[in-house]
Amino acid sequence: MCETCGCGDPHNHPHEHGHDHGHAHGHPPPVRTLDVRKSALELNQRLADQNRGWFRAKGLKVFNLLSSPGSGKTTLLERTLRDVPCAAAIVGDLQTENDAVRLRASGAQAIQITTGATCHLDAHMVAHALEKLEASGLDKLFIENVGNLVCPASYDLGEDRRVVLLSVTEGEDKPLKYPVIFLHADLVLVTKCDLAAAVGFDREKALAAIRQTAPKAQILEVSAKTGAGLDAWYAWLAG
Amino acid sequence: MHELSLMTNLLDDAVSAANGGPVCALRVRVGPLSGVVVEALRFAFEALAPGTAAEGARLDIEETAPSFHCPRCGADYSTPVGSYECPSCGSPGGELRGGHELELISIEVPDHV
Repeated sequence: MCETCGCGDPHNHPHEHGHDHGHAHGHPPPVRTLDVRKSALELNQRLADQNRGWFRAKGLKVFNLLSSPGSGKTTLLERTLRDVPCAAAIVGDLQTENDAVRLRASGAQAIQITTGATCHLDAHMVAHALEKLEASGLDKLFIENVGNLVCPASYDLGEDRRVVLLSVTEGEDKPLKYPVIFLHADLVLVTKCDLAAAVGFDREKALAAIRQTAPKAQILEVSAKTGAGLDAWYAWLAG
Repeated sequence: MHELSLMTNLLDDAVSAANGGPVCALRVRVGPLSGVVVEALRFAFEALAPGTAAEGARLDIEETAPSFHCPRCGADYSTPVGSYECPSCGSPGGELRGGHELELISIEVPDHV
């Protein structure tokens, strides 16, 4: 039987069709392979590198904050922007200006990106937000990503450092469930530590999960509500 | 969810590499640290390819494993996602060398000879 199309012909040979078959059938047309070798994120990477160049030119150190929704990114930034001078924020959500309004109450600049239905920030969105930023007098910029522990991990925004937040209310094994985002973290912040006892947070189990999935990351434990641990966070930002 | 936009990029690159002709197949390399779900990528391809030069094309996906180089003992090793310890010396995590790829490796186009 013909291996290519199963037409019942008794011959079985490599198909070099320079000869007469004595029958008609539709072989797949010959194809050739073209090398491409192009990342699906190439455009984002190019724009992220442009953002990085812009940040360097303006003397800005940039932190990309990533976590699930509700782990305390905005509350931490409200406090941080009050305590750390010369800092501003870009904040991403699917809808509303709510977070930017909250952050502006600190007196700092805060620019809202509403992504519509998009589950992450990308370098292009950040580049447009930068058009609205008055960078003179600033030396730190926080980018609060869309609350999501999956998709934002894939998108370089041009940041210097990635900070992943894990709140004590989320479950100690969350890093094991969402390992990719933790692998790229420079710092993991355990947040809402004031609630640890109330929710029965198993600190050792959480720290072990973070160390396993984020082997390069420093770990700090903070409470934006009580202020516990914030000095170490501010020292890390300045480092 | 972001697989749709990433597949849009891969398809654009494939169509443009085919230079106006039809695309018979795409070979895509996906690493488990890319943050992409292979099934979602396939679904995105089925949804997006019709109406493009890659309509009816085959999608070949080549999956890689996370690979690291240990700066302490020099070992090159692969690990499952979520556990990156060097099997030789126990160092908690090396330099990432592979497993984060999401790239269009090649396409197949008709060979008109």
